[in-house]
Amino acid sequence: MTSATSPARPVARAARERRRTGSLAWHIGALAVLAVVLYPVVWVVGASFKPGKDIIGSLQLLPAHPVGDNFAGLADGISGISVGTFFANSLTYALLAVVGTVLSSSLTAYAFAKIRFAGRNLLFTLMIGTLLLPYHVLLIPQYVLFRRLELTDTLVPLVAGKFLATEAFFVFLMVQFMRGLPRELDEAARLDGCGHLRTYWSIVLPLSRPAVITSAIFTFINAWNDFMGPLIYLNTPSKYTVSLGLMMFRDQEGLSDYGGMIAMSMVALLPVVAFFLAFQRYLIDGMATSGLKG
Amino acid sequence: MTLVEETPTTTANKPPAAPTAAREGRRRENLAGYLFMSPWLAGFVLLTAGPMIASLYYAFTDYNLFTPPQWVGFDNFTTMFHDPRWQKSVQVTLTYVVVATPLKLLLALAVALLLAQKRRGQALYRAAFYLPSLIGASVSVGFVWRALFSDHAIVDRTQTVLGLHAGGWIGNPDYVLYALVALTIWQFGAPMVIFLAGLKQVPPELYEAAAIDGAGPLRRFWSITLPTISPVLFFNVLLESIHAFQVFGSAYVVSNTQCGPADATLVYTCYLYQKGFKESQMGFAAAMAWTLVIAVALVTAVLFWSQKKWVHYENETEAAK
Repeated sequence: MTSATSPARPVARAARERRRTGSLAWHIGALAVLAVVLYPVVWVVGASFKPGKDIIGSLQLLPAHPVGDNFAGLADGISGISVGTFFANSLTYALLAVVGTVLSSSLTAYAFAKIRFAGRNLLFTLMIGTLLLPYHVLLIPQYVLFRRLELTDTLVPLVAGKFLATEAFFVFLMVQFMRGLPRELDEAARLDGCGHLRTYWSIVLPLSRPAVITSAIFTFINAWNDFMGPLIYLNTPSKYTVSLGLMMFRDQEGLSDYGGMIAMSMVALLPVVAFFLAFQRYLIDGMATSGLKG
Repeated sequence: MTLVEETPTTTANKPPAAPTAAREGRRRENLAGYLFMSPWLAGFVLLTAGPMIASLYYAFTDYNLFTPPQWVGFDNFTTMFHDPRWQKSVQVTLTYVVVATPLKLLLALAVALLLAQKRRGQALYRAAFYLPSLIGASVSVGFVWRALFSDHAIVDRTQTVLGLHAGGWIGNPDYVLYALVALTIWQFGAPMVIFLAGLKQVPPELYEAAAIDGAGPLRRFWSITLPTISPVLFFNVLLESIHAFQVFGSAYVVSNTQCGPADATLVYTCYLYQKGFKESQMGFAAAMAWTLVIAVALVTAVLFWSQKKWVHYENETEAAK
């Protein structure tokens, strides 16, 4: 870029100089924000390798002599339940949530985006309205409903809504995406004699891959982090998800020993961070479009 | 669902095909539409609309889950308005919303403006800043926050160096809510990404023209950037404030399940949870929930009303030309 301009001209040099100081200031600013943002993340990794009693007081971000005691402690489990059980439960919950959300949201989105039916606009408005509805107004009646159906202490209350497209955000995301697909494609499918089901399954759904991936990852992360749902619905410790398992750790170990708790916290964050590293473009682009078209 | 794919054999053997076929086609499109929608429709009726009505009914009853609801009229609301802990929870929630939301959005906008400049590593910074939005609501990060804001931990030591001897924020009723605010602000990445997408839409010619006219950076921000991104700003303000009213998990974990000390982090939903699920006062909790819905609806209505004054949509300016 700079090689094109003649280095002899003093004006160009001054401009380049100015650009360089601007760039330096920019990087200092960005690095300062980065330090604050990543501090807690690096801290939890470092702390999980510190002896339990050092975790709070020691200001060393990464321990000089890392120890694996906290992780060894995890192997004993919590009150007789293996830590692996919590992870398996969370994984089941998250995977069911992903399957349910992707299927139900994409079917609903296809109807909104590709089928002209009576009442479509009204229903679309209703769906957008549920985006703004505080979830808590549904908390008690849904609990009463699932209790009457004797489905508390199972995963059903946690995933039922996912299979019924109650996460309007993902329906909306997919509607926006499907509307952007060229109309000629489904019209061509039409002329070839494809019904809606075929068009949905063989053309629109595969082409909507980016929106599907974004929804799937967000759903996984939301289910993995979910705390209120399991807190309300699950009572048997062997059915607890990681969130509740962590709370059990807190109850058992007390607040004096952070060791096992912090180690498990760190492990619990790993899947989310892994998804983030693998798919950050999908997540960020998904967020960005939601704001622009909202 | 195979119904949708069948060819309309019934209409084929009727002579006046054209108008009937069109009507038949429309009927089939309606059927297909509703079949595809059926999961959402079922969810809307069973898990959203139905429960909303049920909850409205419970709000006017005394209901403890074990005996049938007893109609009590407005008693729950009267008790609620006079309940000092309810009043406290409203005060805590409003403080939290009013402090955390603007700070989070300001930081998000400031960092977005920084990242909008094309520099090396820009995409990497953007990704890193977004990470807290994904993990911030987890129990793990709640624990980390408790640790960082404990006595003798990093925040305590830093403020001591700066001359403030307040101890850890977690145990201090005057400060603990601000540990929660800090956790919220830490998650500025999600609105930042939305701001960034908005900033990309500002036409560069506008800046060039303004620069030629002698407009300084502040003037350009105020007269070009801000109006152009105002729809995105509106979206962020709306979404972030609605979310802030509903904060639960972080408050519950950071305050060690007590929503305290001294009810200092008794956010609205924390009290709702205690009333409904710890004390089995479902009627009272439903009344609280409906009050929250009305409050959030009012905030939404005020925001939508105000947008006429400060939000500029592209089509409008096109029409004005």
